[in-house]
Amino acid sequence: MNIIIMGCGRAGAELAKFLDADGHEVTIMDIDASSFDVLPSDFGGMAFLGDATDEGMLKKAGIAQAGAFIAVTRDDDKNAMTAQIAHQIFNVPKVVCRMYDPLRAEFFQSLGLEAISPILLFVQLVKEKLKDN
Amino acid sequence: MYIIIIGGGDLGSSLAREFLANNHEVLIIEKDVARCEQLKDELGSISLCSMGSEIATLTKAGIARADMLIAVTSEDDDNLTPCEIAKRKFNVPKVIAKVNNPKNEHIFVKLGIDCTANGVGPVLENIKVLTGIFPLARLLSFKEMESELVLVKVHNSSLVSKSLEDLPLPAGAVVTLLIRQGEGPKIPTPETVLQAEDQLVCLIPSESEESVQAIFASNQ
Repeated sequence: MNIIIMGCGRAGAELAKFLDADGHEVTIMDIDASSFDVLPSDFGGMAFLGDATDEGMLKKAGIAQAGAFIAVTRDDDKNAMTAQIAHQIFNVPKVVCRMYDPLRAEFFQSLGLEAISPILLFVQLVKEKLKDN
Repeated sequence: MYIIIIGGGDLGSSLAREFLANNHEVLIIEKDVARCEQLKDELGSISLCSMGSEIATLTKAGIARADMLIAVTSEDDDNLTPCEIAKRKFNVPKVIAKVNNPKNEHIFVKLGIDCTANGVGPVLENIKVLTGIFPLARLLSFKEMESELVLVKVHNSSLVSKSLEDLPLPAGAVVTLLIRQGEGPKIPTPETVLQAEDQLVCLIPSESEESVQAIFASNQ
């Protein structure tokens, strides 16, 4: 599957590495060229310098052929906007975005977006750990 | 009315000043602490130093009773989120977004934020008017009427000595004002005869912009 990831931070790079190794065609985007330094040397996907809030850039990155789009920049609003562009304008079948703010995650989920809050997940995990004891 | 403005830059603070002068209640949400202090000095305690796209902030700002939310930061994604929250979660009656990248305007519309002010267009059109060499410049868009108020200038010498009623203007076009060098502004009549360099303020259907431009364009 063709997968586009917006944001080459820790999460983005880790996802890119994993999905590439899993046999997917991965394109990872970021607005900062030096962010791609964290990609492993044997990364077989494409690193694409550009902003996913720009439709033209998304087209160049191959969004029309993408089976999935994942937005993991550090900016919740940027993730929400790019995910909505992928979902509503380009009809990408699977769209996931990260939302640090749990309330915003809940809000965008109510609009039909797959928004994941790492904070809520962490809280959930800690709760379960505490239950085990 | 109670109006929440996201972004306290030049545009946000100027808007706030206008609303205050018209006796409206205003709150500016600005993320930059130093800018917030400046706003306090300039406008009094009408700013909240926080992120405008956080639901907690908007709730604290009293968004549930807001009549209007206007997002005018310099980042399109920072404008989109508060508008979506205001419209979809809190049913704010009027939501307006400044769109910095004109190419993003249709994205906002598609996502249900249909009141958009393009940050580039008005300046562009203003400069077109100032240059004096464009046959048509947009002055104002009336989206609900699907009409544009435009300023056209007679560049086409074959129009000189013709009367307004002889121009092939599209159906529904209204010529509202004649500006002629050396004379005061006049309300034209169908019999008004055009002179070189005359300027007309017209209300035209949006889709006819190109054909109107072609009528007035230089014939060289």
